[in-house]
Amino acid sequence: MVLELRDICKDYVRGKMRVPVLHHIDLNVEEGEYIAIMGPSGSGKTTLMNLIGCLDVPTSGKRILQGEDLDGLNDNRLADLRNRQIGFVFQSADLLPGMTALENVALPLTYRGTKKKERLSRARAMLERVGLADRMDHKPNQLSGGQCQRVAIARAMVGNPSLLLADEPTGALDSQSGEQVMELFRDLNESGVTIIMITHSPEVAACAQKTYLIRDGRIQAGGAR
Amino acid sequence: MIENIGLSIQGIWNHKLRSLLTMLGIIIGIASIIAIVSTIKGTNEQIKQQLIGAGNNVVTVQLSQGTEPFEMQYTAKPEGVPVIDEDTRTRLAHVDGAVDASLYTQRTYVDGLVYYQNTGFTGTLRGIDSHYFGVNGYNVYLGRGFSATDYDSFRKVAILDQAAADGIFPGENPLGKVIEIKQEPFTVVGVVARSSSFEPKIETMDDYYTYLGGDSGAVYIPSADWPLVAQYDEPQMVDIQAATTDDMTAVGKDAADIINANLSVKEDSNLAYSSNDVLERARNLQQLANATNQQLVWIASISLLVGGIGVMNIMLVTVTERTREIGLKKAIGARKSRILGQFLTEAAVLTSLGGVIGVLTGIGLAQVVSRVSGSPTAISAPATALAVLFSMLIGIIFGLMPAVKAANLNPIEALRRE
Repeated sequence: MVLELRDICKDYVRGKMRVPVLHHIDLNVEEGEYIAIMGPSGSGKTTLMNLIGCLDVPTSGKRILQGEDLDGLNDNRLADLRNRQIGFVFQSADLLPGMTALENVALPLTYRGTKKKERLSRARAMLERVGLADRMDHKPNQLSGGQCQRVAIARAMVGNPSLLLADEPTGALDSQSGEQVMELFRDLNESGVTIIMITHSPEVAACAQKTYLIRDGRIQAGGAR
Repeated sequence: MIENIGLSIQGIWNHKLRSLLTMLGIIIGIASIIAIVSTIKGTNEQIKQQLIGAGNNVVTVQLSQGTEPFEMQYTAKPEGVPVIDEDTRTRLAHVDGAVDASLYTQRTYVDGLVYYQNTGFTGTLRGIDSHYFGVNGYNVYLGRGFSATDYDSFRKVAILDQAAADGIFPGENPLGKVIEIKQEPFTVVGVVARSSSFEPKIETMDDYYTYLGGDSGAVYIPSADWPLVAQYDEPQMVDIQAATTDDMTAVGKDAADIINANLSVKEDSNLAYSSNDVLERARNLQQLANATNQQLVWIASISLLVGGIGVMNIMLVTVTERTREIGLKKAIGARKSRILGQFLTEAAVLTSLGGVIGVLTGIGLAQVVSRVSGSPTAISAPATALAVLFSMLIGIIFGLMPAVKAANLNPIEALRRE
């Protein structure tokens, strides 16, 4: 079991009001699974992703990531967990404009103190894997949107995380680049990477083995295909 | 860390105009401080050099009455001031920091005492021991110095310095000529010159009196002959050469103490040997110059404060602009301390660069001031290093608040920002 969520609730406080966002969510993710979480905007799917990605803390409930209870961990420990266990891919690639593709991919490794030589060789291998061997020394403004997103995926994967979290990874791409990116996710999953993908597009969700529908903060339906 | 610095420099380069404007306060502050400090240092060097000269670090110890030097030509020989003998001279020469000591007696402005043919000489007449020329850095330039025989057999010989030789014998060779001192014939056997020529800058009448005092030069005769032209057992003066300029004050005080221990003057006579401490006089003048300029440094520091606030302002803007970048870095596992370090480094690199530019501008400014006003400048290496270090510190101090703000950004909020 990579991830286990048990009875997760999340409320936001707006002024004096408590706004419940997630209600009693239970979710199990096994190793090697490819899960899509679908839902309309405002349904709480991004909040769920933040909770899974150790960026946010639930109001109640239990989260277990790779056997470790996430309750009560301090900021530094959470940062280290994000660095080692989670790979994030966002809708926008969010590459640092001053760095080359290679340096961008190597960035997460600097946060765990990997030596520069090893950092760069692992980043190079990762860029080859996403098919950008010939674009390593390009700056983000010299890359297309699809290429940027593939660099972002390489950056998420370079640390060998146990969970790849993607939030609308094709949302900002044209359909052709989007397909390439989706194909890349499929390849990664076939080589054993566990993926959770958040999307509102049924086509994207169709690539996953399991789809959960989230509506008004509750998981409504789910199952293997 | 090195990568952080590299990235910061890149960031500064990408926003050239903004960075320059931000640094401007620091540049102006550091530049004016460097210019002021350089001018202070230059003035101090000038004061020191003009008072002490590239001289031989000679401190003169002489009999004084109260604060005035005791002048033999106006007064009778004082009671209770014994002759300083050779043993005492040796002790004086071995005071801590002393190199050698010389005993002599003198008359200044000796109108009517020294004649050549019918022309009077108005300089200084000195009866000197064999150490005098060595201590004062004179070399024999023409003829010879005084020999042991000159002293032992009371030979009537004289040595002139260059000013006296030029004054008494213009265009002539003074060697072998006979001058009259108190109606006694003295044969000129040599001319001496300073080995390191010390040429003070004379710009005002005060300078003129300080350095030259109507310098017609000096005529030297062996101390053994002094009773022929003046009287027996006059109080001597002592010139002591110190090893370094900094030793001069201590050497002068110690020497005066040794001589004073042998005095048996009346309590109310106010007679005592004291050192004519040029170094201390130089220090007093320097302190005066420093005090004035220190005020200017404080005023210039205000510009640094303003510059620091400018840096803080622009760093806050930068943090806001880069909220999403900070959120992403946090998401991929950057700890708070790393974000903090990144922004502190950026602020410090920015202000350090401002400091370096400020130092260079300041040096240029000091040169311009020196050209325009004629006062010398001296660039102080520790001051420039301190200035750069200080500007770095300003970056760290004023960058702290924005950096803490960045480090404490909530990653969810930060990632929501487009």
